[in-house]
Amino acid sequence: MTLNADPLNLVVCGTGGQGNILISRMIGRILSRKGYYLAIGETFGAAQRGGAVHSSMRISTKRTYGPLIPQGRAHVVLSLEPLETLRILSLYGNEHVLTVSNTEPVHPVGVRAGRARYPDIEELKEIISGLSETAWFLNASEAAERLGAPIVSNIILFGGLLGINRMPLTVEEVEREIETTFPGSKVDLNLNALHRGIESVQMSA
Amino acid sequence: MPTNAVKQTDESFKFLLGNEAIVQGALEAGVSFAAGYPGTPSSEIIERLAERARDLNLYVEWSTNEKVATEGAAAAAFSGLRSMAAMKNAGLSVALDFLTHLSLTGLGDLGGALVVAVCDDPDAHSSGDETDSRWIAKFAYTPLLEPSSVSEAREMVRSAFDLSERHKCSVMLRSYTRLSHGSSLVELAEIEKSDRRAHSETDACITPYLAKPKHDLTLRRLDRIREEFEQWPFNEYHGPEKPRLVIVASGSGVQCALEAIELLGLEESVGLLKLTTLWPFPKQFVQEHLKGVREVLVVEEVDPFVESHVKETLFDGDESGQNVWGRQSGHIPDFGEINPDRVLAALSEILGIEFKSRSASYGKRVEEAVDKLLISRGLTWCAGCPHRASFWSLNKAIKGAKIDAYVTGDIGCYTLDVFPEGKCQMNLLHAMGSSLGLAAGLGQLGRFGHQQPIVSICGDSTFFHSAIPALINAVYNNSNLVHIVLDNEATAMTGFQAHPGVGYNAMGDPAKRVDIEKLCAALDVPVETIDPFDIKAAIRTMRDLIKREEGVRVLTMKRACDLLRMKR
Repeated sequence: MTLNADPLNLVVCGTGGQGNILISRMIGRILSRKGYYLAIGETFGAAQRGGAVHSSMRISTKRTYGPLIPQGRAHVVLSLEPLETLRILSLYGNEHVLTVSNTEPVHPVGVRAGRARYPDIEELKEIISGLSETAWFLNASEAAERLGAPIVSNIILFGGLLGINRMPLTVEEVEREIETTFPGSKVDLNLNALHRGIESVQMSA
Repeated sequence: MPTNAVKQTDESFKFLLGNEAIVQGALEAGVSFAAGYPGTPSSEIIERLAERARDLNLYVEWSTNEKVATEGAAAAAFSGLRSMAAMKNAGLSVALDFLTHLSLTGLGDLGGALVVAVCDDPDAHSSGDETDSRWIAKFAYTPLLEPSSVSEAREMVRSAFDLSERHKCSVMLRSYTRLSHGSSLVELAEIEKSDRRAHSETDACITPYLAKPKHDLTLRRLDRIREEFEQWPFNEYHGPEKPRLVIVASGSGVQCALEAIELLGLEESVGLLKLTTLWPFPKQFVQEHLKGVREVLVVEEVDPFVESHVKETLFDGDESGQNVWGRQSGHIPDFGEINPDRVLAALSEILGIEFKSRSASYGKRVEEAVDKLLISRGLTWCAGCPHRASFWSLNKAIKGAKIDAYVTGDIGCYTLDVFPEGKCQMNLLHAMGSSLGLAAGLGQLGRFGHQQPIVSICGDSTFFHSAIPALINAVYNNSNLVHIVLDNEATAMTGFQAHPGVGYNAMGDPAKRVDIEKLCAALDVPVETIDPFDIKAAIRTMRDLIKREEGVRVLTMKRACDLLRMKR
């Protein structure tokens, strides 16, 4: 059992209610079954009220690390919202970080109230690419709507994370985890979403 | 480090949240009774215990406040059961009056035990303060344990119950956001249904004549506990035999320190002394391990609690010329949570090492991008929130009639009023229930020329928690104010825990519903009830009540939280 980096530091980020804690806990359950030492840190509380939320994950073959990633030491960032990708890179980014981002903005309330301006999405993508070794962009929200279920955009992005092939996870393991996480009627939808995500990063590679 | 060497894939290990590990430890220890009041990051403790109530024959309650919760849990301990009280840091202050007296009497001789689990929120991620509860343990003569990891939390809760039973006193377990809301793999032991029977014959009374001798006995008990803490298995030294520097760390600081030592490659020269028993402070253990060590760095959060005791300990020892660095010396800022970066910075400074977390050019590019593009993500009420409507109406009622009202607020989702996208109506905002206590005082100032109408605002759960005594005070002393209860039928901010107004209890059983309007009406004051979505009626009623200008007037703005509607 080896890792590209040990500890391997993954950040899953987004805004309250997007389901990033669900993803990090699914990854946590899979990897802990495989025998990795693992810690996840989450900050929630005011999350439901529109705030930025992220989980940090430390994966190791040596010991259980603390949940906090030191500055500049993320290896992979999975982001459900493009502005949040930048926020996480400002804390944990470095020349070698890999990012998988949704391109669909969730406008902060200040933007909706006309008090702030959301950055131009093309400029934001360019900046994120410049701050990453490789950046993958998916319009997961649009893809989820095409599947008739906006709620699965987080699973499409999870697929994106699998598709870049840098995590110690296999497609079969995630499929099995989806089968036990979701109620029977939602399993196929989520499996579809997962594969949509895997395909879209492989196409863009 | 041996503590976190948990790695197994079989069924006896589970990936748990820190609060779930605390619950697991309590269940393995045979807890029968648990009570608490919700507050981030503590709420999952009572929630998870309540889920197990039926199959394990536990009693679990959401109490009206933390003092009542601790008293309830202590009652069970007096009667021979193992019990737990759980709360956030702010709640511990509410329970403090009882705790100080409880330590003087102890728990009696029936073999009961009480663990008070308090979850601090360093950095105040979702709190009004980052108060460090550890001082309260010392203040209240209560033994204090602080686990440094999720797996250790489960083990230490078990030993906390044994310690409590052995010494017949309550024990405090301090958690913090990164533990309560961090997850790791935890080893599970079997949970057995406790067969303890409750019986009351304990005499534990505190009076003026008894207080002094009891104080003596309490201090002697702490002496005995200190002796145990000198040998406590979770306290340990890890590192070289002759270290150049030793980091003394507790809680979250342990992992942060380990990481910093590793990143700087200092395994051969820097040692780590992990402390988990913080009060009474294990002096000899610390003295022994710091013998001959010139440089000491203390890593903890938030206040210099361990740091001041390390200094005291070394001052009492034979050695001189030792440097103790930490929050007091400014090597670590004296506010905010601990993280690996703060330890890296302190270590590099003390040892004169160059350390850069990332290249200067990357740092510069990130900084430029942040300046140019990054905007904050403010908090506000959810779509469909009745609070927004209530504050909108209040704003119209006051500003529209050019009324110079002064508004006191309280703790809950309505606190979001003070953020830029709220209506910014609140002028004062402090502790649970303070809206009414402050308003009761303000409402007396007319005799000093004060002419502004006073409006206080709190939610339903906060009303039950601690606003009622202040309301009675205001009625009794004839204070001049309008109190608005924003009744959304939920403790919404912390995740929809049950409270006396909702008709069910923590375990999901039907419960008596305490009616806020009837309770207020019983005080013989005017009480009006309005649906916040009836904007016209709300503005009119608010204005009328404000203009009435005599005594206490109550308005309940009643509409269920919209998230609750979606949950149903």
